[in-house]
Amino acid sequence: MIDRAIPLLYIGAAASFILALKWLSTVTTARRGVVVGAAGMALAVAGTLMKPEIESYRWIAVAFVVGTAIGIPMALMPMTAVPQRTALSHAFGALAAALVGTAEFYLHAPAIDRFTMGALVLEVLLGFLTFTASLMAFGKLQEILPTRPITWRGQNILNFAILGVAVASGAYLVARPDAIRLFPVLGGLALVFGVMLIIPIGGADMPTVISLLNSYAGLAAAAMGFVLDNKLLIIAGALDGSSGLILSVIMCRAMNRSFTNVLFGAFGQVQATTGAGEEQRAVRSATPEEAAGVLQAASRVIVVPGYGMAVAQAQHKVRELYDALTKAGIDVRFAIHPVAGRMPGHMNVLLAEANIPYDRLVEMEEVNSDFPQADVALVIGANDVTNPAARHDTNSPIYGMPILDVDKARTVMVIKRSMSPGFAGIDNELYYLDRTLMVFGDAKAVVGNLVKEFAGGT
Amino acid sequence: MSPSLEVGLYVFVLATFLGLEIIRRVSPLLHTPLMSLTNAISAITIVGSILVAGEQKSTLSTVLGTLAVTCSMINIVGGYLITYRMLRMFRKSGKDRR
Repeated sequence: MIDRAIPLLYIGAAASFILALKWLSTVTTARRGVVVGAAGMALAVAGTLMKPEIESYRWIAVAFVVGTAIGIPMALMPMTAVPQRTALSHAFGALAAALVGTAEFYLHAPAIDRFTMGALVLEVLLGFLTFTASLMAFGKLQEILPTRPITWRGQNILNFAILGVAVASGAYLVARPDAIRLFPVLGGLALVFGVMLIIPIGGADMPTVISLLNSYAGLAAAAMGFVLDNKLLIIAGALDGSSGLILSVIMCRAMNRSFTNVLFGAFGQVQATTGAGEEQRAVRSATPEEAAGVLQAASRVIVVPGYGMAVAQAQHKVRELYDALTKAGIDVRFAIHPVAGRMPGHMNVLLAEANIPYDRLVEMEEVNSDFPQADVALVIGANDVTNPAARHDTNSPIYGMPILDVDKARTVMVIKRSMSPGFAGIDNELYYLDRTLMVFGDAKAVVGNLVKEFAGGT
Repeated sequence: MSPSLEVGLYVFVLATFLGLEIIRRVSPLLHTPLMSLTNAISAITIVGSILVAGEQKSTLSTVLGTLAVTCSMINIVGGYLITYRMLRMFRKSGKDRR
């Protein structure tokens, strides 16, 4: 009797997930979205627990307790660590799908019809490869593993071969479900391929990779839905899959790259050779005192934050500077490049955490037309996304990448530790412009001094 | 093609298009919370995990199922909580964070 209500609970859950994502479109409704999403999940869990097939709740209860105990600290990580946390949770999600697929296979093989086997193979393949790939991405973001791309001759051929054999064993299993011994080959190769896929990818491409893995984890869940003939899983998985897809397309566009180029192009490598051999050019450097003087004369300032700002933990000092400038009647806005930070939208979260109002954060397309009217563009810890070479130097590896038109501001002020090139290893010609003032030093200390000098001068 | 498969494919295609439409409208400001929320939603794998863990058909399936429930639960608890935490940080000019 009670189990007749289960489909209704599942439909309720599916509707909640869709509403949750819909309400996430604006800041004012977003929190409501999270609550509705959580309620939908509660419905789905409650509905599943009511299923008559469940013999015992003992291990489920244990898993609930353990999962909650690990989940809570994972929700309390600092905002700078959100990208690696996200990679880790992609790994957990994908592993869950792969393990369920494995269990289903050994419970029912060889009595599995072709279509179910096809979905199961897809679930296990995507699940295991996303699991190890996400762990690798986690390692690179956490800097346990080298963030530089690691490449060797024949790497792509080897990777394609591994994937090819994995897909072929999957296809064979679909044709001959009694070939049970092929299943570990499929799973093992998927695990290896996940590792191999991330080895040649550099730290700068992580925003794209994380988004792509997000998509894969969702597709693995949708495949599970086909195996279990459960529409709720299919819907939730499809939503997640499309979200990851959109985000990775946005990230690719923001870097003027294609998927294939991100996955098989091994970025940083090419650049290490360019720019070398150029002679030293002169830069204008300024003290925080001089820089503060320039700010005092300004009426419009656009701050361009990059991940370097977060590495230096300078967000809160930047907020103090924002407060001081705003109090002096200066219009301050923040220009956010889509790949600022290490995952889509990361910079917004970092600045919001530092209590900078979100209506001061402006996306690239919107803010670019405003740079010519800006008195000062203050670049803190951003590099490649401000390099004018992307607009005109066809030899530059970043040629064609959309950038923030920082060089059009009346004065450009760059806070930087030294003249060393950035994440992608490219020299930035912005630093050699006549209108550019370089303020060398640790971002946190320099911005702190700027605040002091600015307050002292007014 | 079996009827349930056909319906399943319809559902998948429609849900993908719906997802693309809804997610295109999410402000880039919120792309990080978006990813953590969709991550929490994809922990719907808990449905399959609970069944495998609870049916107790074999030791292997119970062990794998229990592990899968644990993984899914981590993402549910961690995902919704951190998304909520992030969104609480966003405030408008002139208003202090509550």
